[in-house]
Formats: sequence, C-alpha cells, structure tokens
Amino acid sequence: MTAGTGESAEGTAVDLSAAPKAATADVPPELLAQSLRQYLRAWWLQIRSGNSGVLPVVLAIVLVGIVFEIITPEHAFLRPSNLVYIFGLSTVYMVLALAETVVLLLGEIDLSIGAVALFGGVIAFKLVQQPGQDWPWWAAILAALVICGLVGALQGTLVARLRIPSFIVTLSGFLLFSGIIVVILGGADGNVSVSSTAPNQRIIYDLVQGLIAPIVGWVVLAVVIVAAGTAMWLRAAARRRHGLMAPPAGVTALRIALVAVVGVAVVAICNINRGTLIVSVQGVPWVIPIVLVVLGAWAFLLQRTRFGRYVYAIGGNPEAARRAGVRNAAIRTWAFALCSATAALGGILLGSFFFGQYSTNTADPGQLVLYAVAAAVIGGVSLFGGRGKAVHGILGGLLIGGIAYGVSLLSLGQLATPLQYILPGAVLIGAVLVDVLSRRGAGSVTRV
Amino acid sequence: MTEINEPANNASDVVNGAEPLLKLRGIDKHFGPVQALYGVDLDLPAGQVTGLCGDNGAGKSVLTRCIAGAHQPDHGQIYFEGHPVHIRSTRDAAALGIETVYQDLALADNLDIVQNMFLGRERLRRGLLDEDSMEKTAAETLSTLRVTTVRSIRQPVASLSGGQRQAVAVAKAVMWNSKLVLLDEPTAALGVVQTRMVLDLVKTLRDHGLAVMVISHNLNDVFEVADRIAVLQLGRMVAQGPASGFDRQSVVEYMTTGTSSGRPIEPAGSAQ
Repeated sequence: MTAGTGESAEGTAVDLSAAPKAATADVPPELLAQSLRQYLRAWWLQIRSGNSGVLPVVLAIVLVGIVFEIITPEHAFLRPSNLVYIFGLSTVYMVLALAETVVLLLGEIDLSIGAVALFGGVIAFKLVQQPGQDWPWWAAILAALVICGLVGALQGTLVARLRIPSFIVTLSGFLLFSGIIVVILGGADGNVSVSSTAPNQRIIYDLVQGLIAPIVGWVVLAVVIVAAGTAMWLRAAARRRHGLMAPPAGVTALRIALVAVVGVAVVAICNINRGTLIVSVQGVPWVIPIVLVVLGAWAFLLQRTRFGRYVYAIGGNPEAARRAGVRNAAIRTWAFALCSATAALGGILLGSFFFGQYSTNTADPGQLVLYAVAAAVIGGVSLFGGRGKAVHGILGGLLIGGIAYGVSLLSLGQLATPLQYILPGAVLIGAVLVDVLSRRGAGSVTRV
Repeated sequence: MTEINEPANNASDVVNGAEPLLKLRGIDKHFGPVQALYGVDLDLPAGQVTGLCGDNGAGKSVLTRCIAGAHQPDHGQIYFEGHPVHIRSTRDAAALGIETVYQDLALADNLDIVQNMFLGRERLRRGLLDEDSMEKTAAETLSTLRVTTVRSIRQPVASLSGGQRQAVAVAKAVMWNSKLVLLDEPTAALGVVQTRMVLDLVKTLRDHGLAVMVISHNLNDVFEVADRIAVLQLGRMVAQGPASGFDRQSVVEYMTTGTSSGRPIEPAGSAQ
C-alpha cells in the first residue's frame, strides 16, 4: 500500500485517482456540486466539452421560432392558433420519436415505424365504424396497439433470433405495410374517416381536435405541478438525507420552477381565444396530456424498471449484458414490440390530427419514418445505442413539427414540398454530426 | 450480501497444509483434434494469491474457462471446498462463489458504476429498481476494497481511468459472496501507477480471505502479489508451489522448456 498512502492526503489506502483531468467534464454535474453555483459551473464545463444534454435542441427550438416569426408572411408563426397547430402536429412526431427511441437505444433502427403507425391508425379507424357492429373506441385503439405490437414482435424476433440486420427487416416491413395500407384504404385515392358526430367515433376524432375547457386546463395544470413538484422535492430530499447522490436543493427547485413555467406558458397560449369574435376556440388540446402520459410511461419504463436498464446495457455493451445473464434476444424482441405498439398510437393521433381523415395524401409512411428518426436523434438520442432519454424525443418532435409547419407557411409554391424534406434532412445530418463528434470527444457520455 | 467473505480460519488452515478451496485433478480438455490441457492439477487455497504463468497458447485461458464454467473439462475432477463438483455453466460457478474478471472487463460504458456492479442482479422494490439500496451497497463494497477515490459512484464507467475500471470490475465480481476470484491479465493495459493500484487491490482481496488466481504475462506483477505460482507449458502443469521457491529465471525456463536447471519444484502432474 505504499504508493497509495503516499499519494492520498487523508491516509486512504488505494488511490485510483489517476484519472485524467479531462474526465471532470464528463461527470454529470449533480454528482460533483454541493451548491447551486458549483452545479451551474459544472454544467457549463459539460456544455463546453460537447456533452450538453437537451440544451442544443432547446436552443434550436427557440431559434426556429424566432427565424420563422421573422420570415413568415405577416409574422404569423408565433400566433396562438399556429402554435397550437404546431403542438398538435408535433405530438404525432413526438409519439413516433418516443417509439423509435427504445430501438435506437439498443443500437438498432426501425424503418417500418411510419408504415406500422399508419397501419395501426387505419385499423382503429376501420374498427370503430364496422359495417356490422361498431367496436367501442377503446377496444378499437387497444386492438390496433396489440396488432401492431405483434407486428413489432415478429420483426424483433427476426432481428434478435435470426440476427438479420434490423435495417433490412424493418425496411421490408416498411414496404410491406405501405402496400397493405393502400389496400385497406381501398386504392390509391381511397380514404377512411371518422365522423365527429357519432359519439363512439367522436372520441377518436377528439384525441387531437378535442379541447379542454380553459378553467379545467388550469386546474389540471395546478394539480400536476403540485403533485410532480412535491414528488421531485421529497425524493431528492430523501436521497440527500441518506447520503446518496442527489442534486443540490437549489437545482431541484430550479427544475420544478422550469416545469411550472413551461406548463403555464403552454396552457396560457392554448387558452387564448384563437377563433373569431363569433365562435370562440380556446383550450388545451386533449393530445397534450395524452402525450405527457406516454412520455411518463416511457420514462418510467426506461429509468425505473429492469427492462429499461437492460435496454441501456445492451445498447452500451451487448456482450457485457449477455455475460451478466441478460436475455438479450427477449429484451430486443420486446423493445421492437413496444416500439410498434407506441407507433400505432402515433398513427391514430395522426388521423385525428387531420380532422379524423386518413387518405393516401395525408399519410406518407416514408416521411413519417424520416421525421421520427430525425426527431429522436435531434433531441439527443444516439444512433449508436445506449445514450438518450424519453424526453429527447419530445423536444426533437417539437422542433421537427415547428420546421415542417413553418415551411408550409412560407407560401413557397413549388419549393414547399421539397423543402419539407430538405430542411429536416439537413437538420438530421447536423444532429448526427453532433452525435458522432461528441462521441469522439474525450470519452464523453450522456448520463442515462 | 454485502460483505466480502471472510472465512477466518481458512487462511491459516491452508498454510498448515489443509484442503485448498479449489482443487483440480487430472483435467483434460481438447477441441477437436487439438489437445489444450493434459492432466492438469492445480490448487487454489483461500487467503492466497496464485499466479498462473505460461506462454501464449499454453492453455491459461482454457484452464481459467474450465474453472469459470465457460468450458467443461473432458476428463478430470474439480473439488470445491473438498467436495467434487461439476461446473457446467458460469451460473454454476457463480453459485459456488467463483467469479471471473475477463481481460475486456465486460462493463457497459454508458452505465454508471452502481448500474454496472448490479447488472443482471438488480435489486427490486415493489417491482421497480431499488436504486437507493444498490447505491449504498456498491459504495460499501468499494470502500471495503479501499477503492475510495472514484469521484462519484454515479459517474459513467466511460469516464473512469483504466485502473478504476479494473477496480469496478473486481468489485462487481466480489460483491456476491464470492470465495474465488479469477483475474485474467488484470494489468495488461495499465500504466505504472494504475498497475500498482490494481495489485494493491488484489492484496486487499487476499487479506479478506478470498482465493485469488491472477493470470499474467508480466512476471514483475506475478512476483509482486503471488503467494503461489503455477506454470503451464503446452497444456501441461510443469511447476507449482510457493512463490518463494521460484525466481524469475526458473519461471521463464519452465514457461519455455517445461523444466528448470535450478532447484526442482514439486512437479505437478506426476503426483497422484
């Protein structure tokens, strides 16, 4: 123990502190800091080392908002009606990005996600308006999720058991289901829509189009903030009391305040009357709490359960997971199944967003895949597996939705359609570059 | 589950010539036409570090894998704590208290230290990961091993130095009431300072009463920590005994030629 005692001041025995100084920047800030000031400094260090978490995507969202506000005719981009429209459009990409995230975390990719989402949406839309007995809306949604989950499980089995690259398996799935959708829709010009007057179909229609009364929106927001804030505060306090790693109290308070501010802003925007003097339109769309529930479910699954831990482990080092007794094939299969089931929900929301109508015009599976993968990666999920969180898909989805709608506002004529592909494509390759370059940086890793 | 196993009497028993913790007798292993091990005998006593030496292809890895449950010997018998055992899988080995730290360490870079140490054996509370309890146990284990300088046990393994990674891999292995730890080339990729840390950690394990086997090319390291030395040459155990009976010269001769011109050491394989 001679070397150890020589080096450490307090007489501790083995000193393994020979880590390079650069590692300071890679440690999640809350582990080092005792005070708010130290925390902010550690955070700044991390950002400078290229390991910045959600900051780039948040900045990009702000930037997109400002730029489009300036360049759109009549500076219409940030009008409440447009913002609420963007929220609605983005929720589809958010849900698809959440679905894609779990597969990306494994180091795989699911290209069938758009086609499977539309497949699930069309199934649900058909089932609530059977020629014979209509299915209740909840049974139709459940059936769509289960059927798509089985499709995902099948694709996952091919990937996990037969070791076929996920790229090939899901590319086949993409083509296969793109064709099947056209068949179900009844040809290239076919469509299927739900009626906003039939009570059973109205629920599906209302998923995105339905609005929560302003006063109810405020009450729900207050309850959610108080409940979530209390839970966050108590948990951090308990961990500090037990001497476990926890952020300083100031940081916890800041996080709660941030959640509250964002919540109040969203509800306030949605509650501004965006209709006319005669017909008032105001309130939070149903889809916002729905997406938050999906986000909560995925965050819970990824962070608090064994399944989530194993997904990260396989993404980080499949051989280590295998040796630790993790059943990699089963976890992979489940991940693909859950991805496809979540995608089905996204598909149903997409139909609801287009005023309850599905047609081959509104539903482009290829574009949906591009947007879903782009949203997840732009949000901060690594294409190489093991890094990323559920919330990244939400932020990335909002950015993609903002860009997609902003372009459509520009009245570019012939340029509008190509730009809807070109811009997200450019943003995606930019995000991938950041992903690759940050991995090259001195061992920097996003905390999971 | 947390404490390092401390069989207080075993260490002295072994010194008095009592039953070693693990005893291999006449282990044969072949892969197709290639014979990897010929009737290998090996004793691994508790509370002692055994250095396993041998040139490339001498059979060190195969022998290690036979003990770890990754291979099954074709012939021969393994005794654990005096009883004959069959180790058919790594799971069997873990159940006996045998843990292996392979050269590649098998850590997930994106997970933090606690998550890596409990990978595959997570503690649950009401069906959910019990992070608080796992973090406490991991911290206790690391401090028992006197690995006190990782900045935070919630930092990702990717941000650790080579020596710290080795320490985490070892801590992961000994956290489960293990009695025997096999270390495959623990210092191969490390600098001078880091090597010193890992060797000190090996000594700490021994002081806690564990049996340790260190597989190494580096004779400096072997002579630094080993209480006993065993030398494989072309699949045969050519020499085995207390480290004091060897010097660098003789070990090299055993490794290359299978014999030594110096003092003869209890030639394993001929006995029994």
